[in-house]
Amino acid sequence: MASVSIQQLGVRMGTTSILSQLDLDVHEGEFLVLLGPSGCGKSTLLHTIAGLLDAEAGSVHIGGRDVTHADPKDRGIGMVFQSYALYPTMNVERNMSFGLRVAGLPKGEIRKRVERASRMLQLDPLLARKPAQLSGGQRQRVAIGRALVREAQVFLFDEPLSNLDAKLRTELRRELKALHQELGATMIYVTHDQVEAMTLATRVAVMRGGRIQQIGAPGEVYARPANMFVAGFLGSPSMNFVEGLATAASGTPAVPAVLGIRPEHVALRPGSDAFPGARVTLVEPMGAHEVVWLDMQGHKMAAIAPSTGEFPPGAVVGVQMDLARASLFDPNSGVRLDLPPAGFYHRPH
Amino acid sequence: MTPVSRPRSRVTRQLVPWLALLPMAATVLWVYVGSIAWSVRVSFSSSRTLPIPDFVGLRQYERLFSSERWTVSLQNLALFGVLFVVGCLVLGFLLAVFIDQRVKGEGLLRTVFLYPYAMSFVATGLVWQWMLNPELGLQQTVRGWGFPGFTFDWIVQQDAVMFAIALAAVWQASGLVMALMLAGLRGVDESLWMAARIDGIPPWRVYLSIVLPMLGPSFGTAFVLLAVGVVKVFDVVVAMTQGGPGLASEVPAKFIIDNLFNRANIGLASAASTVLLLTVLALLAPWLYARGHATRREARAARALAAREGTGEPAVRGVLA
Amino acid sequence: MSAVMGRAPAIARGGSRRLPRPARVGLYAFLLTASVFFLLPLYVMLATSVKPMEEIRLGNLFALPVKMTLQPWAQAWLSACTGLQCDGIRTGFANSVAIVVPSTVLSILLGALNGYALSFWRPRGAQALFVVLLTGAFIPYQVMMFPLVRALAAMGLFGSLPGIVLIHTLFGMPVMTLLFRNYYTGVPRELFMAARIDGGGFWRIFAQLMLPMSLPIVVVAIIMQVTGIWNDYILGLVFAGRDNLPMTVQLNNIINTTTGERLYNVNMAATLLTSLVPLVVYLVSGRWFVRGIAAGAVKG
Repeated sequence: MASVSIQQLGVRMGTTSILSQLDLDVHEGEFLVLLGPSGCGKSTLLHTIAGLLDAEAGSVHIGGRDVTHADPKDRGIGMVFQSYALYPTMNVERNMSFGLRVAGLPKGEIRKRVERASRMLQLDPLLARKPAQLSGGQRQRVAIGRALVREAQVFLFDEPLSNLDAKLRTELRRELKALHQELGATMIYVTHDQVEAMTLATRVAVMRGGRIQQIGAPGEVYARPANMFVAGFLGSPSMNFVEGLATAASGTPAVPAVLGIRPEHVALRPGSDAFPGARVTLVEPMGAHEVVWLDMQGHKMAAIAPSTGEFPPGAVVGVQMDLARASLFDPNSGVRLDLPPAGFYHRPH
Repeated sequence: MTPVSRPRSRVTRQLVPWLALLPMAATVLWVYVGSIAWSVRVSFSSSRTLPIPDFVGLRQYERLFSSERWTVSLQNLALFGVLFVVGCLVLGFLLAVFIDQRVKGEGLLRTVFLYPYAMSFVATGLVWQWMLNPELGLQQTVRGWGFPGFTFDWIVQQDAVMFAIALAAVWQASGLVMALMLAGLRGVDESLWMAARIDGIPPWRVYLSIVLPMLGPSFGTAFVLLAVGVVKVFDVVVAMTQGGPGLASEVPAKFIIDNLFNRANIGLASAASTVLLLTVLALLAPWLYARGHATRREARAARALAAREGTGEPAVRGVLA
Repeated sequence: MSAVMGRAPAIARGGSRRLPRPARVGLYAFLLTASVFFLLPLYVMLATSVKPMEEIRLGNLFALPVKMTLQPWAQAWLSACTGLQCDGIRTGFANSVAIVVPSTVLSILLGALNGYALSFWRPRGAQALFVVLLTGAFIPYQVMMFPLVRALAAMGLFGSLPGIVLIHTLFGMPVMTLLFRNYYTGVPRELFMAARIDGGGFWRIFAQLMLPMSLPIVVVAIIMQVTGIWNDYILGLVFAGRDNLPMTVQLNNIINTTTGERLYNVNMAATLLTSLVPLVVYLVSGRWFVRGIAAGAVKG
């Protein structure tokens, strides 16, 4: 297993610069997820690590070796694509062994590696089948198997679950996580789905506009987002943002700030003077809980409430916010402010 | 047209589309089935200028196959068929693969290779007839460059004239095969190329072991279109050599037309037509069967997959041990 | 295997680096040679058609004309002998236009109608009929020729313009129906169902919804039919009658049935004139032409 180290990477497409001066360190054995919306550069980064794209500037090191100008086949990587890219006219065994045969490995060695990968991924009963005869999950395993037999040190995943229906996606997600635990391999995974990122990653790198906004363990990025973009990208329903003024304990002048608080940290109480008031506009029952949408003096907010129907639309409720779990952001730059908020005055609309 | 509120019986609802399809039905029944049946019927009669409603069994067919002109035309057709189909498939495939390499001026190249297909076979035949003219065409031109012994008089040589015709035909139709192959090549998902690069497979090997097998259906379609063109070949022969020298470039389609209109031998011509028809059906049947088979196989696989994934059967029995 | 076109293609177009330098040179060399092979006849046609006969008799096919002249073109158009008459090929041009226009319109209309009925209404038994129609497209004309001649003669249409137009329409029906049927299968069925809920009947939906939506495929169909019918020889030869011979037939008459010295420059000019319309259609339509091939060739 190997680490991946990227320094000052610059990649252009034509005349546009997609990535510039990007630094990233992927630890050995970790499952790093590159998360972000379309066009943020996550796939470009992945393809550059793979060697499918050239870097204009900077360097890529895999396992301590400088592979910046190496061919994909010499980088010790394996890659799984969104469509799995299995060779349609070959059966599973040949799909896995083709690269090895082209490289001229002795037959015995090829057989050994294919058997080992097939056993690990439970592909033995499927070896004679063609890709068209496999299910989505089986195809994913064959694609992983192709990387395994090459004794790849780093596994790259390019949105492998995006084309699947919800049920299959959750199932394969679990398989991938189990696979990572079993192999302990270094895996770099690209997705735009924050649920996949949260469940699979040991670390998440949130990207936007070719830059890494924040990198850290999923819990950390979720609880302490570095800016408003990261805060809004993770979590569903997304974080509530309220513009206003924040005061610090020491009596320093109030600063304009945006308060970010997640719906699950907004508790609803029966209407009274003890808490700020709001009116319920819409309720979305989710089965295990309800999402209650509020109009709080002109601000639109979401709160999570138990499924008791205690707060129907039109009701006036009291809003209790867990400020210890809230975040403050600068209203202009969106960057996180590290002020422990003593108080927050929202700007009424 | 009809108010929605009035319920319409199933019969009347089916009636209007059928009325609209009447021309198609008429064409199929009358033009295709009817005239073929008629032709086959005439081939069993002794008709000469006008159809005679008698029945002489296979006499016309015996006459046919003892006619030197017919057997020569069949031989020519076979030779032309091989040259034409192989030539077009190979050249068309190579052109498609080479253009697919992201060369500069791809659009221009495609235009250049495909424009002959926009010309009529008659025009093609006439141009090549001129170019292959021994006294004033290519042969003379190259001789004028200082190669007095150069010969390129295929078009007047009995043994070589079919090659000349095949040359002209390949010139015209390769572009078609190229267009078909390009469409097939574009259907090869880009991620397949990327996976092959990661596996370290050189491009020529990708074409040979991965792309070529995937192009099977494209080859099949191209082959059938070319083969049907072979059987029908008429225009280019008439334009280029009129069947000559002598009978050396006689083809079945021309044999039939000559006997039908010029030599007043419609019984014989009908027999020849029937033979031609059987040949085409013999070519079509395996292709249609193969395509039907492939579609049925895909449908079965899809159904099996849907059943498996629909029941929620876990793709892996237990987590990886 | 479903080849899914993800957004990946836009990213890793590193394909041009697939081949090493020497292979790339060989690639361009092959393409260049092929281009020469394909363009040579066109050049020869053009060059020969503007040379005076003295230069042609010198026997150098590729030489550029020393003394360019447009006289062969004038002669081909105005006074070349197409059999008994010597009025040039312009009558053929007029005839071809008179044949192509109605044939194209009729065959496209019928093809659209058939395709529409087949893919949206699906009356019983129509599918089987369609399959037979398609097989018919492969059958050589000669098989059906004589009965058709007799039938047309009986109707008084043999050797007349309506007769040849009818023939072209009939023989164009399979491919046109296939073209439109395939196109309409790509139109969401919901559109059709919404129209029926709105109260549309068979003809109204066809005329006011489907036909207007069919513009792309109509363009392809026009290109296919115009080139196909214009370039036809055998049907025009047999069915058109002496007064309506299309340009291709007259061209062959000019070139292969002359007595005396053959005027190669006139011949080439006539050939170019005959090929002009389809070549122009081809050059102008470009991508649509290729689409027509792909659509017509993918049977079912």
